Amino acid sequence: MYDIIIIGAGPAGLTSAIYAKRASKSVLVLEAKAYGGQIINTPDIENYPVAAHISGFEFATKVYEQAQALGAEFVFEKAVDIRDLGDIKEVVTESNVYQAKAVIIATGSENRKLGVEREDELVGRGISYCATCDGAFYRKKSVAVVGGGNTALEDALYLADIAEKVYIIHRRDEFRGEDATVKSLKERENVEFVLNSQVVKLNADKRLESIEVLNKDGSTRVIEVKGLFVAVGRIPENQNFGKVVNLDQSGYIVAGEDCTTNAKGIFVAGDNRVKNVRQLVTATADGAVAVSEAVKYINNL
Amino acid sequence: MAVIDVNEKNFEQEVLKSDKVVLADFNADWCGPCQMLKPIVHEIADERADVKVVSINIDDEEDLAEKYEVFSIPCVVAFKNGEEVARSVGFKPKAELLKLIGD
Ligand SMILES: Cc1cc2nc3c(=O)[nH]c(=O)nc-3n(C[C@H](O)[C@H](O)[C@H](O)COP(=O)(O)OP(=O)(O)OC[C@H]3O[C@@H](n4cnc5c(N)ncnc54)[C@H](O)[C@@H]3O)c2cc1C
Repeated sequence: MYDIIIIGAGPAGLTSAIYAKRASKSVLVLEAKAYGGQIINTPDIENYPVAAHISGFEFATKVYEQAQALGAEFVFEKAVDIRDLGDIKEVVTESNVYQAKAVIIATGSENRKLGVEREDELVGRGISYCATCDGAFYRKKSVAVVGGGNTALEDALYLADIAEKVYIIHRRDEFRGEDATVKSLKERENVEFVLNSQVVKLNADKRLESIEVLNKDGSTRVIEVKGLFVAVGRIPENQNFGKVVNLDQSGYIVAGEDCTTNAKGIFVAGDNRVKNVRQLVTATADGAVAVSEAVKYINNL
Repeated sequence: MAVIDVNEKNFEQEVLKSDKVVLADFNADWCGPCQMLKPIVHEIADERADVKVVSINIDDEEDLAEKYEVFSIPCVVAFKNGEEVARSVGFKPKAELLKLIGD
């Protein structure tokens, strides 16, 4: 049995591991994919104190190595359930069951999908969720961005420098994102706004060839694009834990700044918690807070 | 076996004419998930004498990336007798990569 099991090896989970080891607790970190979480996709982080410029990969690797050096154990398995047996918690993965006195859920979030047929199959063949990662492959081609928030607008601006033509598709006629970015986009000759519209169909043989867009007025339009960048937000990865901890309407784990959930001995850290600012500093800060609460809890058992 | 760097010039010889199954890892230095995949790809190369593992830098080899319709990296493509048989996009654990070559 471990003192603390941490689910997720993103910035929040890795920082939790560091704090827990420094508090002399035994620690198991479970990770479904690769250490580092979302941030490994960013070529340059510019807003984390001390590091003026650092790639997401380097950031993640440094924190991972720091946690490992302190003695945190890592297992690459996906947690599918938590069983709350009171003083003992069991974390079930796809292949094992692990026990601990306390659990910290640090599973972050993932890209929200459009929910259009063939979307999964065409990832990497025209569908992308990251303009800065995949934009370079669409040099001098036509692409579309779906979404109405800042990410979508910034993606469109980024792509306008690379692609021949950028369509920005949004289901309303106003954007949630910043006006200044909308204004810059309007000044670009190669950007076309397709408003009040939704993508309803992906046309592809082996790779994306065009998309079908449905306007609010009922009309449809086929737009030829080689790339479709989906920027319709992120969703917390809490689906497997809704039975043991309370989630809000959007699926975030309900907890205040102390990172404690409704379930005694189960804590939350990072982007999957109800909060206003989802950034590295807030994720890592949660790691410290969640561990301090977990240690208090364990010491009182 | 080591991972072999492949470019436009030796692609045909190393990949298409290979008598072994080939795993071709399309990657770039600026791509974080590619750096995470690298040790796994190297592990497969070391462990599997029956598989040839090659690395293709898409910044240097734009034409190869275009020809094989690589639109997101990391992208690992499996070739058998000069034909693509499977591919995976994004960071994947080792077991998933081995599935590309039918394991
Ligand atoms: C493109 C991009 C650029 C960004 N740039 C910046 C920036 O410059 N500065 C900044 O401060 N922030 C930035 N952010 C935000 C920052 O990345 C996040 O706030 C931060 O990564 C959140 O950390 P986290 O640990 O809470 O979650 P995540 O990073 O999402 O990590 C969660 C981890 O848990 C794992 N996981 C999920 N479910 C399970 C499960 N069931 N079992 C096991 N493991 C699981 C996931 O695989 C993942 O590794 C950026 C985000 C993106 C997407």
